[in-house]
Amino acid sequence: MKITFDRLLPVLSGLGLIAGWYAVRLALDAEQRFLLPQPHEVLVAFGDNAPAIWQAVRNSALGASLGFVFAVTLSFVLALILSLSPRVRTGFYPYLMILQMTPIVVLAPILILWVGPGLNSVIIITFLICFFPMVVNTTQGLISTDRNLVDFFRICKASKRQEILLLRVPAALPYFFTGLRIAGTLAPIGAIVGDFYAGSSAGGGGGLGYLTIVFSSQFKMGALFATAAASCALGFIFVAGVVSASWWALHHWHDSYTKSDS
Amino acid sequence: MATQPPVVSFKHVAKRYGAGPLILDDISFEANRGDFISLIGPSGCGKSTILKLISALSPISGGEIVVEGVAPSEAMEEMFFVFQEPTLLPWLTVAQNVAMPLRLRGSKVQKRDELIAKSLAMVGLAERAAYYPRQLSGGQKMRVSIARALSLSPRILLLDEPFGALDEMTRDHLNEELLAIRQQQEWTAFFVTHSVAEAVFLSNRIMVLSANPGRLHEEVRVDLPYPRTEETRQSREYQKLVAHVSKLLRSVERLRDQAPAAATA
Repeated sequence: MKITFDRLLPVLSGLGLIAGWYAVRLALDAEQRFLLPQPHEVLVAFGDNAPAIWQAVRNSALGASLGFVFAVTLSFVLALILSLSPRVRTGFYPYLMILQMTPIVVLAPILILWVGPGLNSVIIITFLICFFPMVVNTTQGLISTDRNLVDFFRICKASKRQEILLLRVPAALPYFFTGLRIAGTLAPIGAIVGDFYAGSSAGGGGGLGYLTIVFSSQFKMGALFATAAASCALGFIFVAGVVSASWWALHHWHDSYTKSDS
Repeated sequence: MATQPPVVSFKHVAKRYGAGPLILDDISFEANRGDFISLIGPSGCGKSTILKLISALSPISGGEIVVEGVAPSEAMEEMFFVFQEPTLLPWLTVAQNVAMPLRLRGSKVQKRDELIAKSLAMVGLAERAAYYPRQLSGGQKMRVSIARALSLSPRILLLDEPFGALDEMTRDHLNEELLAIRQQQEWTAFFVTHSVAEAVFLSNRIMVLSANPGRLHEEVRVDLPYPRTEETRQSREYQKLVAHVSKLLRSVERLRDQAPAAATA
């Protein structure tokens, strides 16, 4: 019985939230009501603007995916280089920090001038947002290999290449996936924020960020809420993707997936 | 026997890490083929360091070590190390873990399967080949670690307190198993332990080390006949040797406690 009730809890809290939403809306003065569209109005706005929203979701998903894939690939290569020696890390880390510290709002105009507004800028912004957590986590994983395991490989006369491929890389996977989870959450946000500052509608290329600007200039509150919901859904898809990948790679051996007795 | 060259010889070996204090000082001994030598002594006496020097995991600071007639770094294929921890790769199955040294040393796949099966059978884990390390108990993990070492049929086996983390029952059982395996595969063993009873049960020679810096305090010969069993543990001879080595160990521990504190820095 308890399990059934527990399963119903998210549904019940969702219904409660919607009821609360209607209640707040009713409590607002008539002239303020346009600020908070009712849930069913959001659904209607979603339907009315479905082609535009769907197109924007696809564009943002493309930008987020490409930026994410580039970030994961390049961060892995850089992490391998950084893991080679503490001296290399000391030399590189300050610049990585600069990359992370510079706000996107400042970078966007520069990128627009360099590569033009649109998909290219969005990909670069997503890349920049995802890159840092990936590099830091993967490098940490690559340099945290158990000392005894390294000695074991040395006794086996393993080559440096074997040590990296058969020991350091698999041992770093839990760290790599921690980075991947963070980057997976940031990628759609990066793509949408990037699109907000550096997006372009040229050739039907606008993403969710650009669509937000369009709808807000038209005071389409329902459509704005629908766009927010679509952004949220895109984020969920990304997170579900990286969580599944992490489960697939680690569940059969890593302690974090061991079923606890309690 | 006397005409055979020693398997391992230490001549006035010294070791320090970097600019740190002397860990080992003037260690000299010879190990003959088939010897089972236990190294025992207080913490910090450099027992494990001796194993690292033999296996070329760490360079010496003075003196000379010869393994099978050559420098340790040239004799790595002759030996294998069993660590304090099982040091298994958690992402690989038991069979894949046992296969790793064979794979790294480039043995042929067909031969590999045969050797894995044989080594796992030796430690009684043939039916656990497809398990992952996290599905095994502490004792079973250690057995896999030993199977992995045995798969290479090493001539020298270096064991760094392999059963230290196990309960006494499991430890006794594994000690008997280790000696039974040794009947099938003749290797020279260096065994680091804190347990006097274990050292006496397994070895034909026990080296008692003193600490700060680590020096060879005394060597005890254990002439109890092999194979050794539970009955060996009950014998008077065994009990007497345990008492003797314990006494020696207490005396070197007293020496360490009297040593100037600066040496422990």
